[in-house]
Amino acid sequence: MGLQRIMRSTVIDAPIERVWAVLRDFNSHAQWHPAIADSRIEDGRRPDEVGCVRAFRLKDGGALREQLILLSDRDHRLSYSILDSTVPLQRYVAHVELKPVTDGRRTFFRWHSTFGTPRGQERELAVLVAQGVYEAGFKGLKQHLGQPVATSSRAALPSGTVLPAQVIVLNGRGGPEQLKLVDRPAAPPGHGEVRLRQTAIGLNFIDVYVRNGQYAGLLEPGGVPGFEAAATVLDIGPGVSHLLPGDRVAYACPPAGAYANVRTMSAEQLIALPPHVSDEQAAALALKGMTAEYCLHRLHRIERDEPILVHAAAGALGMLVAQWAKALGAFVIGTVGSEDKARRARAYCDRVIVASDGRFAEAVLQITRHGVRLIVDGLGERAREENFAALAPTGHWISVGQAGGKWAPVEAEWLTRKSVTLSRPVIFHYTADAARREAMARRVFDALRDGILQPAVTRYALGAAAQAHADLEARRTTGQVVLVA
Amino acid sequence: MIRVYSSSVIDAPADRVWEVVRDFNGLPDWHPLIADSRIEGGLAADRVGCIRNFRTRDGGLIREQLLTLSDYDYECTYAILESPMGVDNYVATLKLTPITDGNRTFAEWSAEFDCDEARERELSQVIGQGVFQGGFDALKRRLAGR
Repeated sequence: MGLQRIMRSTVIDAPIERVWAVLRDFNSHAQWHPAIADSRIEDGRRPDEVGCVRAFRLKDGGALREQLILLSDRDHRLSYSILDSTVPLQRYVAHVELKPVTDGRRTFFRWHSTFGTPRGQERELAVLVAQGVYEAGFKGLKQHLGQPVATSSRAALPSGTVLPAQVIVLNGRGGPEQLKLVDRPAAPPGHGEVRLRQTAIGLNFIDVYVRNGQYAGLLEPGGVPGFEAAATVLDIGPGVSHLLPGDRVAYACPPAGAYANVRTMSAEQLIALPPHVSDEQAAALALKGMTAEYCLHRLHRIERDEPILVHAAAGALGMLVAQWAKALGAFVIGTVGSEDKARRARAYCDRVIVASDGRFAEAVLQITRHGVRLIVDGLGERAREENFAALAPTGHWISVGQAGGKWAPVEAEWLTRKSVTLSRPVIFHYTADAARREAMARRVFDALRDGILQPAVTRYALGAAAQAHADLEARRTTGQVVLVA
Repeated sequence: MIRVYSSSVIDAPADRVWEVVRDFNGLPDWHPLIADSRIEGGLAADRVGCIRNFRTRDGGLIREQLLTLSDYDYECTYAILESPMGVDNYVATLKLTPITDGNRTFAEWSAEFDCDEARERELSQVIGQGVFQGGFDALKRRLAGR
């Protein structure tokens, strides 16, 4: 007997990210479909795991088991089939598809299926599927999403649903093996909070210090590391007036917790993303781009042809500092650890020193005679003497990291030998003020748009965070490391 | 390779919208940017492989070849053969999907192409907003409420 084909479609007045956040949970239909009495996922599997089975009962007493057979976050679609049913639908396979309506933050929702029926029940079952399942489902989903979303009442929007999420947890202080991927649902946003669907997470050396205990105060074992990500707002809590579901945002701020695909956090420090900045670029630039911004625009002002020294010039931060300083007119000398990295750094440095043995001062003095006016240094203790030797009298030394070991105490008198200014800034002090943070972010995004900053992103899956840490520590990475979720 | 995607909701049945857009020689009738158009070699305008030769209102000459046409899927695909825009390997798809709730149409227009990196943003804007969204807006004005 032939198969029937049923299709129903509608437009939902909510951004696609918000609609998809509900639909991708294969067990959510009990919350929004009016015909469903209750539903559960069998065998304790996740409701977004392809192959999982939902067992549910209808309000009229019917019972079904359906299996998720396809789920694509990229295409916003899923497919499922009926395994057992008290309703005589045979070989039933259904597809749910979402598309963005780009001229106005709405979502096109198409629901279609093919199935066979016992002879004589064709029409009756077609009406049941088209109206009782799909059209009634559209109506229920629209109600569930709280539409129409009146601006004045949007504080009351949170659906109260806990969303499934995956996070990287720090099991204990130590090596990369302490990072483990686990399921940890994201709570609905509370007052002043938003819930984010995170797509790209920035990995920073500060995460390594947090993991190995050097910056123990920033995260306890059992917590989720990470301070930087790009995301789309899923829903907002009461008291949040400057964001709407569907907005694209990024952040670089404590508390830790960025290594997650869905995160609920304070809305306060979120930065709105302009359309020309991709999620991966935002995750690569939020913390490191703003660090380069305050180093070169606030803490120190570059003068034309001023010789400066940038360490790890092919690394995540060094690359951005070198590119930006070059555009500001500095004479940029970069250090790198290998010839391969030197080839990359030569694209934006005037001179590159391969300092695989940790020695660079002599080469700097050969190039500049008196030394450099500014050092942007992420090396720390190990390069202390070399840096001091490479710096010109009255020069400025900005220490932004300690990849080469924790600083030993610095004697103020030591600095008088060259009238050195030593700065030891922490980005979060610069970004704490909202107006300054926004100005910093705008300058970073403008520099990206103008081609001054050219990030080079290396991607790892969220679940491969341990590998990413290991590679970063072993200096196997170049450019900015981003975890994609 | 750049991808540009625009989509919209047109308040008319998909059959009505398709009637307008399936005519590969019909751009000047509905698209505000197009001045005139002809099909080369006297071929029918719905013959896959035919080439439309048209001028934009600012005087640019463009030749595009119809690659696929499906009345069943309300979908057509075409490629740019010649244009002053500075794009390579340009292939575009225009697709309609019925919205059963309200007898409306979901319209999608997308393109993939290569271009000079420095012009990516400008061309994405011109094509996504000017050509595609401009076309949707014109279709809405023409068909809405009928």
